[in-house]
Amino acid sequence: MNHLLEAWELLIQADTWTGPTGMGARAWEHLLYTVLAVGVSALIALPAGLAVGHFGRGRNLAVLSTGAVRALPTLGVLTLVGLVVGVGLMAPMVALIILAVPSILAGTYSGAESVDPRVVDAARAQGMSRWQILFAVQIPLGLPLIIGGIRLAVLQVVGTAMLAAYVGAGGLGAPLFLGLRTYDYPLLLAASLVVIALAVLLDIAFGTVQRTARRLMRGPA
Amino acid sequence: MGIEFRHVEKTYPDGAQAVRDISFTVPSHTTTVLLGSSGCGKTTLLRMVNRMVDPTGGQLLIDGEDIAGAEPVRLRRSIGYVMQHSGLLPHRRVIDNVATGLRLNGAARGPARSQAEELLELVGLDPALGRRYPDQLSGGQQQRVGVARGLAGDPNILLMDEPFGAVDPLVRLELQQQMKRLQTELRKTVLLVTHDIEEALSLGDQIILLRPGGEIAQAGTAQELLSAPADDFVARFLGVAQGRRRLRTSAGQDGEWVVTDAEGRPLGVVEAPPGPVHPRADPSGSVPPEDGR
Repeated sequence: MNHLLEAWELLIQADTWTGPTGMGARAWEHLLYTVLAVGVSALIALPAGLAVGHFGRGRNLAVLSTGAVRALPTLGVLTLVGLVVGVGLMAPMVALIILAVPSILAGTYSGAESVDPRVVDAARAQGMSRWQILFAVQIPLGLPLIIGGIRLAVLQVVGTAMLAAYVGAGGLGAPLFLGLRTYDYPLLLAASLVVIALAVLLDIAFGTVQRTARRLMRGPA
Repeated sequence: MGIEFRHVEKTYPDGAQAVRDISFTVPSHTTTVLLGSSGCGKTTLLRMVNRMVDPTGGQLLIDGEDIAGAEPVRLRRSIGYVMQHSGLLPHRRVIDNVATGLRLNGAARGPARSQAEELLELVGLDPALGRRYPDQLSGGQQQRVGVARGLAGDPNILLMDEPFGAVDPLVRLELQQQMKRLQTELRKTVLLVTHDIEEALSLGDQIILLRPGGEIAQAGTAQELLSAPADDFVARFLGVAQGRRRLRTSAGQDGEWVVTDAEGRPLGVVEAPPGPVHPRADPSGSVPPEDGR
């Protein structure tokens, strides 16, 4: 309890946040890592998920491979890739992308699949091309689930991005590992609290976007 | 002219034969009904016309041209399609749903919307409903919107797949009557699929009755099917064999003609009693029994 109070006192001091290695800069770095990792994952997983959902093929492959990838321990991947590419941002990015892709992929193909097949059939019968069906029917109507997948990926990545500092990159893991090594528990706790706050804020933001999408697409509340 | 099915067959990759050697013609500007119970291939035949399904054998011609060479997406945009469940896009307003086909054919948003409003009026809906979303409409209203969407762009051909199957009987009757009114005005080439005998009799200029396994049992007008069923199956399907469509007339108390079924239960009153020249008009009040089959 003492440590927690001390962590809180640390967090309300202005100079904790300032400076190039201050909590503010670290939190910003952390957010950038999250955005970068989820962004690259989305570039991979969105097209793949849409293809699976649209054509209805390769679903088993997608389920199996995402399941297998999910079973990989992120710390192990990080260490392994780190051994190959050395310290820096590369190894944690690879690890985070491997973490994020399955969630986005699953959300995307379930989103595209969730659209009432009768609606897709009607759109086809009206003379919509495959691309028109994808962009005017399946993506909009699957949007709530697609955003849900991204929301889940963001939450996983924002927590796990702590590990970036494990191989010499920045982010909120830096003060955390510093606190761990120097037995500075208030610092360690402070960094954790900031990550928790970041995660909660991101979740609220994505939750709002998801609800809005659901309302606009007339989905179940 | 019209739509011509020539020895059309459909066998699915798993070997299931949905349709075998079907030939018939849907004459232009008339309504042809594909009638049959589920699994007789009627929807498969319908969906061949706009290439939602491709036949594995035979030919399908529209106005003399084999549609195997037509580009499916363009073909579908030139043919109206109304399905059992309205199939409306839930995230688009009613007006934009009706305008979908017009927009696909290149119409600008403004003109497409005003045309869509006219179509809503044509099918008996208040154009103000256009601003709503499909889930804010009743089942019957949604089905009307489906018909309006099918008519958008004034296609020559209208395909209707059990269009009134999912609404309650009263609404169904209303929609059928409206369809009749619309058809006298618009004179589309209509191919309609149903398992509802009443609907087939009331809407079809020509009825193609299919038997399970995807073969034509009999083709003809309602009168031809009822008065001269080709075989037992047709007679049973139409209810002729069970006496459901064998009606009798008898004189009522005030001298009017009352129509009864085979068991003598009254069904209605004849407004214009047949003259003595009509072969079925037997003043003694009964039709010679023919149900011995």
